[in-house]
Amino acid sequence: MNNRIDVKKTYKLFINGAFPRTESGRTYEVKSAKGVFIANPCLASRKDLKDAVVAARAAQPGWNKATAYNKGQILYRLAEMLEGRRAQFVDEIITVTGVTKAKAEQEVSESIDRLVWYAGWSDKISSLSGALNPVAGPYYNFTIPESMGVIAAIAPETPSLLGLIDTVAPIIVSGNTLVVLASTKAPLSAMSFAEVIATSDVPAGVINILTGKKDEIAPWMASHMDIDGLDITGLTTKNHAEIRISGAENLKRIFSFKSHDPGRILAFMEAKTVWHPIGL
Amino acid sequence: MNFYGLVDGTDASLKHYLRELSGVDQVGADARAAMLATRSIKTTSKRWAIDTAISMVDLTTLEGADTVGKVQALCTKAVRPDPTDSSVPSVGAVCVYNDMVATARKHLDLVGGQHVGVAAVSTAFPSGRASMPVKIRDTQDALDAGASEIDMVIDRGAFLSGNYIDVFNEIVAIKALCGERAHLKVIFETGELVTYDNVRKASFLAMAAGADFIKTSTGKVVPAATAPVVLVMLEAVRDFYSMTQRRIGVKPAGGIRNTKDAIKQLVLVNETAGPEWLTPSLFRIGASALLNDLLMQRMKMDDGYYASPAYVTID
Repeated sequence: MNNRIDVKKTYKLFINGAFPRTESGRTYEVKSAKGVFIANPCLASRKDLKDAVVAARAAQPGWNKATAYNKGQILYRLAEMLEGRRAQFVDEIITVTGVTKAKAEQEVSESIDRLVWYAGWSDKISSLSGALNPVAGPYYNFTIPESMGVIAAIAPETPSLLGLIDTVAPIIVSGNTLVVLASTKAPLSAMSFAEVIATSDVPAGVINILTGKKDEIAPWMASHMDIDGLDITGLTTKNHAEIRISGAENLKRIFSFKSHDPGRILAFMEAKTVWHPIGL
Repeated sequence: MNFYGLVDGTDASLKHYLRELSGVDQVGADARAAMLATRSIKTTSKRWAIDTAISMVDLTTLEGADTVGKVQALCTKAVRPDPTDSSVPSVGAVCVYNDMVATARKHLDLVGGQHVGVAAVSTAFPSGRASMPVKIRDTQDALDAGASEIDMVIDRGAFLSGNYIDVFNEIVAIKALCGERAHLKVIFETGELVTYDNVRKASFLAMAAGADFIKTSTGKVVPAATAPVVLVMLEAVRDFYSMTQRRIGVKPAGGIRNTKDAIKQLVLVNETAGPEWLTPSLFRIGASALLNDLLMQRMKMDDGYYASPAYVTID
């Protein structure tokens, strides 16, 4: 068995439920903490972003229409699939970051728990933030949170898996669709997570994952007219201002988060107010 | 009629004319179309191609659910595709069912679109399954309503069973009706013709019978305007020009949904028939969704960022 040829994984992008290479044909090198070459993931271009946004836009009405129960089930399914492949994710985290096995195990466990936690929010968030408003007339007046549309996100550099889950789950649980740029230095767990997504009943186009350089992709995300919101948690502070100005031009909601809480879900939701006649 | 001296109107002469045609190398046509699709058109060339493609669009609505309001909205869009930018050219024509021709003509004139034609789909579109008197009446109706272009379908059943003379005579009869009043486009429905040889044969048959344009498809059958089929038709008009010194137009329709596809078509035209065909009077693209994508690509080139479908009209 020792003379078997290695079967190496080609790390590709995840767009519209498929695993295409970047249209640009570019790759970059990922090295371990000790400087050893690990893989050549795709260096995504603005055109890959464009394709991903088209896919996300097409998927949004269907995903938004899925019942809260169904969306919660699908997020829970993601947790199940991640649990089943725990060993692979632990290995990848150790290889790329050089952390101890115990730390890697902890990150994967937290990631799984986080998915379950956000799954639970799907049918509770509108009760939490919705309201029956008092009005001076024979009407019920409801305010209901609704999904915003297509959201783009820059996932944090570290922790590469947990940071990605914390970015993805709160955005999609409300019915948004997403294009996320994974950690540049540690994109392996993101691309393996794409395999988890692909086997979890998440409709094609709901989550799209790119790998590449933040400075190259983020400005295109901010200026893109068909992206409704932007999570820049993974951006370094120095380029925040430019991105915020560019996004403000097209009225994009831009947020950066420091914790995980239901506010992360609500950040990318919009309030809709409905008047309903009570009758006499 | 002398049909360019190619046939004399008899079954025998038509069969002889079609038999003399060279066959199409299917593998070669596929490969050449695929090769031409890899051409990269950027910056100023792309900008020119987008505007040229817009001016070649036959903006089409052929739905059972078409309403007067929808046709009027389409006509307004045809004249001024981007209301915020007057440098965007008008499209070539609007393409509607017969009963909407008068509505379309009237509304185009109302909104300053005298230069935009109205194309009517006639002869029992899309199947072509009606008797000859009905087809003639159908066409006459469209002409009377003010159609400047007639898109007729051929009888694919007759063509596939070898009754070429029936197909030929139908085109001749409709052409006689159109006379100088309207351009005649002949639709083959290439998705039903099965082979490229048949596409080439149908092209030469229609051109000899008097077609001003040859058109791939109705848009109701898949596959429609695939690149190799358009290549075969462009080669046919090129060869026909060298035989008769007359330039026949080509109109791919169906399945051309984005700017990339449209530019690929223009590359095919330029490299096959020649740059003389890169004009709306000799090349049209039958489409509906395409126009929005062309406008969005144009916005992207002007503004420097990606556009949103929310900023173009819903068709």
